[in-house]
Amino acid sequence: MDTDQLIRTLAADNETRPRSVGSALAVALAVALPISIVAFFVTLGFRSDIRTAMHNPFFDFKFVVTMSLAASALVVGLHLSRPEASPRGWIWLLLTPVVLLVLAMAVEMMLPHSRPWLVRLIGNNSKLCMTAIPLLSLPLLIAGLIGLRHGASTRPALTGALVGLLSAGLAATLYASQCNDDSPLFVITWYSLATALVTAIGAFAGSRLLRF
Amino acid sequence: MRGRDDEWTGLMRSANAGDGAAYQRLLAAVVPVLRATARRGLARAGQPIDQAEDIVQDILLAVHLKRHTWDANAAFAPWLFAIARNKLIDALRRRGRRVFVNVDDFAETLAGEPAAETVPASEVAGHLDTLPARQRDVVKSIAVDSASIKATAAKFNMSEGAVRVALHRGLTSLASRMRKD
Repeated sequence: MDTDQLIRTLAADNETRPRSVGSALAVALAVALPISIVAFFVTLGFRSDIRTAMHNPFFDFKFVVTMSLAASALVVGLHLSRPEASPRGWIWLLLTPVVLLVLAMAVEMMLPHSRPWLVRLIGNNSKLCMTAIPLLSLPLLIAGLIGLRHGASTRPALTGALVGLLSAGLAATLYASQCNDDSPLFVITWYSLATALVTAIGAFAGSRLLRF
Repeated sequence: MRGRDDEWTGLMRSANAGDGAAYQRLLAAVVPVLRATARRGLARAGQPIDQAEDIVQDILLAVHLKRHTWDANAAFAPWLFAIARNKLIDALRRRGRRVFVNVDDFAETLAGEPAAETVPASEVAGHLDTLPARQRDVVKSIAVDSASIKATAAKFNMSEGAVRVALHRGLTSLASRMRKD
């Protein structure tokens, strides 16, 4: 097939238009999110004292952090799905959850506590946190990669890492409603470790799956 | 370069609005630039430049299948060159070299650069024969026999919709086969 023939063939296919990356990602996540939610309620469910916990600002703040992680990763990930996009200027968005968490940690440090900081950091649920977040994020990670395969990222590993952050952020949002460790010290330690693990998996998978 | 870039952007907007002829003109207009760049990339990597046409076709397939990632409010050229650069690096890597391709290579290429002799492309044509029968027949009918979608539908006793689906799937499979080897 010579190049003129190929061009004519591509032009004949002009009317078949692939759906946008955003909507492909939305569809994939809409399928995966219920899977993670059901898995969460079957295995963990809300913590028993959730009604009281809701009055604790540090409990509520966990959701602000996890959701801002998911949102910033989503925005940067979609941006990088365009081939000419550069992460420069955008990557700073990812610091949002980090900054929020550091501020919360500073506030908590200034308050009087019955338990020493190391006890709050170690918490009660570190193992569960490190298991639940990666497992709950798996369906979302797969869906996110499928969605972003519709894109044309020229930085597949970085984009995969962002899918990892997005799925970990969503999974952590679910898990946070079960977890009875509300100290920002716990969150910055264990939630971050779990997120880092998912992000590494995402980067590895992305470097293979998101090439075009 | 500005005039050329504006023209490309305008053609791509028309193509997105469903104008197949504008799309065909756009692809024909970018080919000389892509060809010159592919040739230069191959030369720099110490590879025979007569394989440039395979790279050009690989880029065209990617441009086609990823065109929804172009933002209609942005210029077309930077998007095109990002796709082309990605494909060129990929092609040179598959041929065993790690290379750095500068985006400026594209920008400085003059549209009027004379076309040198090249070996006809063979990769796409080779993969074409490995497609499922239905996809292969439809793609060949349109590419090689220059038949329209309508004529192809009549020839194979298919609906026009089915021809469109087979054509699109065929092109998608061709692109993924190009990526694998």
